[in-house]
Amino acid sequence: MIRFEGVHKWFGKLHVLNGINLHVRAGEVVVVCGPSGSGKSTLIRTINELEPIDEGKLFVDGTELSDPKMNINRLRAEIGFVFQQFNLYPHLSVLKNITLAPIKIRNTPPKEAGEQATALLERVGLVDKRDAYPSQLSGGQQQRVAIARGLAMKPKIMLFDEPTSALDPEMIGEVLQVMKDLALSGMTMIVVTHEMGFAREVAHRVIFMDNGTILEEAPPEEFFINPRHERAKQFLKQILSPMH
Amino acid sequence: MVGGLDFSVVRENLPYFFLGRYPKGPLGGVALTLYLAVVSLVLSFLGGLILGLLSVSRNRLIKWGSTAVIQTIRGMPLLMVIFWMFFLLPAMLGSGMSADWTIITALTLFTSSYMSEIVRAGILGIPKGQMEAAVSTGLSHKQAMTYVILPQALRNMIPSFVNQFVSMIKDTSLAFIVGVSELTHIATQMNNRTMLYPTEIFLFIAVIYFIMCFAFTELSRWLERRSAWRKSI
Repeated sequence: MIRFEGVHKWFGKLHVLNGINLHVRAGEVVVVCGPSGSGKSTLIRTINELEPIDEGKLFVDGTELSDPKMNINRLRAEIGFVFQQFNLYPHLSVLKNITLAPIKIRNTPPKEAGEQATALLERVGLVDKRDAYPSQLSGGQQQRVAIARGLAMKPKIMLFDEPTSALDPEMIGEVLQVMKDLALSGMTMIVVTHEMGFAREVAHRVIFMDNGTILEEAPPEEFFINPRHERAKQFLKQILSPMH
Repeated sequence: MVGGLDFSVVRENLPYFFLGRYPKGPLGGVALTLYLAVVSLVLSFLGGLILGLLSVSRNRLIKWGSTAVIQTIRGMPLLMVIFWMFFLLPAMLGSGMSADWTIITALTLFTSSYMSEIVRAGILGIPKGQMEAAVSTGLSHKQAMTYVILPQALRNMIPSFVNQFVSMIKDTSLAFIVGVSELTHIATQMNNRTMLYPTEIFLFIAVIYFIMCFAFTELSRWLERRSAWRKSI
């Protein structure tokens, strides 16, 4: 579904992605973790070309991203993206946040789009908020709406860029639950997160990144119990018991 | 008589102040001032929007070209722009436009270039996550601009727009210099004719300008209050 072949990217002199090779199959849930600045956000942002790559090949859903004939807008419609800061449209109601893309891109009649959006809101448990504005919602609710918005185009892939990092602790659970349900429904997902509980329970594979490279790639049980790389051991220690 | 002032000159010529020689002659006075202001307002809103969008274009040539135009006009006094329009346009177009349209063109060019800076700042002021979120759903850059960025940016721009437009209402008074018979022109004319009541006449038109600007400001405040999502923040 997604294949990185020797992908490099630079921000000026900073080598953010240094020879990435990665293959994510359809229906797979991959958790990406690593210290800040390791390139994990950049990694998933290249998949829908929010960040274009500088070198190497990147295939998404059968198309190569550097192909000049590729229609990036059409590809992006197949990929849902959930941001750390939610990025809901503040001037639109919850319902319109979700229906905007289907109405404008697929020419879905507003009534039908509204029904589909309502069904998505039901899935994330927020039907009663359909007419509210984003600023009237809590962080956890906003993020769940953002997930519903990401699903509105019926994407094949969902990408999550630290979806719970901007949330108060008591709201993290509700968002992770929605993501877990989504994973169980068979969605292909790449999740950048430090929620190790989620990784352990839901992920098929955990990827550990540092300095723009993938240092470790393993099923969660193996990664958590027996990380091979020294850097990964340190990271896990810090994240699981930050006081020591 | 108010405090030694004699406003009878104003009272007796009220229709002239408000309508000019209309209906026997062309429209003038307050009506013409309003006409110039409203037409220029609509045109410079469009002009400012277009220039502003060009100045944030991803195409460098368009971006630099529009910025050059904006900076040039912004670097000139309005009176200069009016003179240019008045003397240059007829030379270029042969016979030229009516004086009214000369003024409208000058005001539009001038105000558009200021407005474009407001538009540019408004667009750049929207967090970049909004554009990213919009294109991530598959919207094109243009669609994202139309449905996500501009609606937010325009609402943030309302106070600056109003500021610019209030100053344009007053700028219409410069039209008197090329003989357009708007309010200031009529006041000067009246003053030259009677010679005795400059204080009364100019006090009167000052009040009229104030009322127009105040009414416009209030109208826009009301519009601003009406946008639902602002209320909810």
